[in-house]
Amino acid sequence: MTAMTAASAPARSRTSASLRQWVGLLYVLPAVAFVTVFFVIPLGMTAWMSLNNWPLMGEHAFIGFDNYVAILRDTRFWNALKFTFYYTVIVTIAIFAVAFPLAIFIEKPRPLTNLYRTAFFMPAVVGFASASLLWSWLLNVDSGLFSPAAYDLGLTEKKVNLLATFQPAFWSIIAMVVWKVAGFTMIILMTGLQSIPQDLQEAAVIDGAGPFARFRAITLPLMRRTLALALILSVAGSILAFDQFYIILRGGPRNQTLTAVYWIFNQSFVSFKLGYGAALSMVLLAILVALSLVQLWLLRKPEGLD
Amino acid sequence: MAEAMSQNRKAAFSLARHSTGIIASVLFLAPIVWTVLSTFKPAQEARQPPLPPWPTTGFSVENYETLNAFGDGLWVSAQNSIYVSVMTVLLSVLVSVLAGYGFSRFRFPFRDFFFVLILSTIMIPFQSILTPIFLVLTRLGLHNTLTGLVCVYVTLQLPFSIFMMRNAFDAVPREIEEAARMDGANNVTMLVKVMLPLVWPGVVTIALFAFLGAWNEFLAALVLMTDQSKFTLPVMMTALQSGRFGAIDWGAVQAGVTVMMVPCLILFLALQRFYIRGLMAGAVK
Repeated sequence: MTAMTAASAPARSRTSASLRQWVGLLYVLPAVAFVTVFFVIPLGMTAWMSLNNWPLMGEHAFIGFDNYVAILRDTRFWNALKFTFYYTVIVTIAIFAVAFPLAIFIEKPRPLTNLYRTAFFMPAVVGFASASLLWSWLLNVDSGLFSPAAYDLGLTEKKVNLLATFQPAFWSIIAMVVWKVAGFTMIILMTGLQSIPQDLQEAAVIDGAGPFARFRAITLPLMRRTLALALILSVAGSILAFDQFYIILRGGPRNQTLTAVYWIFNQSFVSFKLGYGAALSMVLLAILVALSLVQLWLLRKPEGLD
Repeated sequence: MAEAMSQNRKAAFSLARHSTGIIASVLFLAPIVWTVLSTFKPAQEARQPPLPPWPTTGFSVENYETLNAFGDGLWVSAQNSIYVSVMTVLLSVLVSVLAGYGFSRFRFPFRDFFFVLILSTIMIPFQSILTPIFLVLTRLGLHNTLTGLVCVYVTLQLPFSIFMMRNAFDAVPREIEEAARMDGANNVTMLVKVMLPLVWPGVVTIALFAFLGAWNEFLAALVLMTDQSKFTLPVMMTALQSGRFGAIDWGAVQAGVTVMMVPCLILFLALQRFYIRGLMAGAVK
């Protein structure tokens, strides 16, 4: 009798405790609902639509992998993808070339450092669309800043339209993106620099290591995860680039700056080939997921440490 | 002697540092300042290259007035942007505080599955699922509505903000909760009265990111809002800059860009430490 009560009391409190835990499901339910309706279902639909001929109006028809076969022959898509990768490589190098020195510059607390850091970071909080509109004005041949200023200073014989040919247009975009993003990358790199123990650097100084040797042997290896994170953020962001090429260049000159997302946008929302656009999206998605897997591998905890 | 030399070296280093800092700051701030100053030129002058950037023929707000005359006007788009951003902030804070609390304090079936599901959406670019989102919104009767856009923006914010809030709740010692429970607090009072004040910094951080994200988003708004009266500022200004309302009025474009930039800059300057906190949280984990 006594043994029975002793056994059932904890059992009952365990049931009520586990019932209380179920309440947690109610708390997370709204979030799960949002993600299901506006992410998981659309994701499944993308996969399904990519197997269909899906016009905006009228019936859609199952066509198997025909859309994917069509992608193989879509040289304009491959050109867009090629351009996207080219842009990604160049802009990532440019961002790091600016952001790394800035991160070293603001890493240690010295007089006015916070002020400089804030100044460098300001363009990062402005949206890509605002920044693109701003620069489309600065780059305008008649009413803008760069061409008229170069002309007034006697650097060019006439006002040069920077957006009319590929090279100046491309490098103008690179300049704009570096201006906008460098501050962001700088902060991420700064957190990595600050996490390096100071005594390690001091010990290396005592051992007679020069600044360059210290950078290579201590800073870079210890920053691996931060570097990987900044790199992935920059690469993923650049592969999905759209705003600046749409707003400043409209994909021009001569469709040379159409990015992958821009091409998908054109197919889906200008030509209204929704099924084909979905198939293109699946290709882009596969690329980004592969990138995320590389990221997880690069960001793994160092061996031997937790 | 040696001391004087090291003093000199220190001064030289400091001089070099500050001149680098000032030049770099000017480069980063110049485009913003240039634009804001130029908007106060009279329309006639705003059409000329901005040399010098400040108004030389008198101060004027003409550019802001013309901007309001295009299409449905600046004010309508600004209202749309404000509505979308504020609603995104309120809804994403509500949903992620609840979810963060749930994930942090309860053990229920599929808890880890749901958490990983929400976080993993960050791997998938929303650009690739825009067409189906369009169709889903149509099915729900939210096609071409600002509410529909808000739903999309909230979903995009959730992985980051739920991650932030779960960590914030995890950092609150359980003893505090147990003490409150002894005093007879139920789950909801506990969350609102006891926990919320303790995770407040996290709430400010996710609210700030939600506002900036919604205020600045372009592609989804461009695709999903087909009616001009529903345009947000970035879409409206791009339509204006593309010459959709006739010859491009660069003075008006700059006025619009200023309206788009200034709230972001003010919010960032006021809440800078929360912003950096959010970045750090993302960077360290």
